[in-house]
Amino acid sequence: MKTPLRAINWNRLQDEKDLEVWNRLTVNFWLPEKVPLSNDVQSWATLRPEERELTIRVFTGLTLLDTVQNTIGAPSMMPDAITPHEEAVLSNIAFMEAVHARSYSSIFSTLCLTKEVDEAFRWSEENPHLQAKARLILEEYKAGSDPLKRKIASVFLESFLFYSGFYLPMYWSSRAKLTNTADLIRLIIRDEAVHGYYIGYKYQRGLEKLDAARQQELKDFAFSLIFDLYDIEQKYTAELYDGIGLTEDVKAFLHYNANKALQNLGYEALFPPQACEVNPAIMAALSPDSENHDFFSGSGSSYVIGKAVATEDDDWDF
Amino acid sequence: MGGLVYYSSASGNTARFTARLGLPASRIPISPQGDMPEPALPYVLICPTYADGQGRGAVPKQVIRFLNDPDRRALLRGVIAAGNRNFGATFALAGRVIAEKCNVPVLYRFELSGSDLDISRVLAGLEKFWGTECLTMA
Repeated sequence: MKTPLRAINWNRLQDEKDLEVWNRLTVNFWLPEKVPLSNDVQSWATLRPEERELTIRVFTGLTLLDTVQNTIGAPSMMPDAITPHEEAVLSNIAFMEAVHARSYSSIFSTLCLTKEVDEAFRWSEENPHLQAKARLILEEYKAGSDPLKRKIASVFLESFLFYSGFYLPMYWSSRAKLTNTADLIRLIIRDEAVHGYYIGYKYQRGLEKLDAARQQELKDFAFSLIFDLYDIEQKYTAELYDGIGLTEDVKAFLHYNANKALQNLGYEALFPPQACEVNPAIMAALSPDSENHDFFSGSGSSYVIGKAVATEDDDWDF
Repeated sequence: MGGLVYYSSASGNTARFTARLGLPASRIPISPQGDMPEPALPYVLICPTYADGQGRGAVPKQVIRFLNDPDRRALLRGVIAAGNRNFGATFALAGRVIAEKCNVPVLYRFELSGSDLDISRVLAGLEKFWGTECLTMA
């Protein structure tokens, strides 16, 4: 007897998180055409030639990771899905990775000369560190490898490996350069945050079904993989950023993001707080309009209390 | 010292943060069928953010349900909000929404399950905060 083919029923959920994340991702859908990149043409012209070369290289590096995630990473996790809705969410993730990869080409066609871009794509194929980190991730995406290790690799790609690249547009934006490009990159960063969160969540659901020995084995694997990736990232970062003297600043950003990637998997931080003191200008570029105003820190200028109106029960009927 | 009430979805980030504080804390259930905590004393709420790109849906539904009760709301003294800076302007937005609705301060904001620095800042902050707070009702 043949097993029946099953149609997906979104009104019968096994995991509420699938619908929550589906809704979040679909509401956040965007295309690069919505961002007025051409407003950055003048700003681009103010960058020195080596700064332009660096920026194009960083973006081809990001394009490579998005390409891997679009064509191999997200599809490779679909057969591992526990629920049909998880497969549907992964198909959204795969497509958005294609949108991200496509966005960098929009930036290139708006700001750069074809010759410069062709040169950078050649560079991305020849750069040993970029190739090494992509290959380390691809090793786990191979058919037949452990579904949970695949998720670990995917979370590290989405929540850690992108950040040596994301640093640069945030840096330019903090100096009021390429601000429209930064707006586009922030849309990508927002998507990657949901992807890392969701795949990390699914990892934790899979992990809780295993015995303590297997759980420990996977945790050891995760920490060893992030060490290996970090080792490559350090070299990649130095090669890119030594020229403009930003390597140490980028590294603090890498530590901070490595810790967040581990948290997405449910693990504790690896790097101590003093190694994660990210340049406040980069933090502000990451979440603009979200000034750090809270009571305990006693900092920030926009903290206001007392102008509120008494709340009615109706207020809470959102 | 007043109490702590928190919400954490199945991802467990806020639950891990709260556990590391090592203070007694009541959890708002994930399931709408679960029993709500009924605090008898003033408390601080720890709440994650689930906003979309426009900031809609920042406060989890179960937290709204919890605060919809006037008795529970009357004892709320402050909010600690969690989120992710990668969400840009909507980072930890739930804190601001609750603070404005309930006329209480945003005490602190942290990312995901928080760093060791966040834990020590919140512990010190809470101690100071409850020290200045009059625990009897006006």
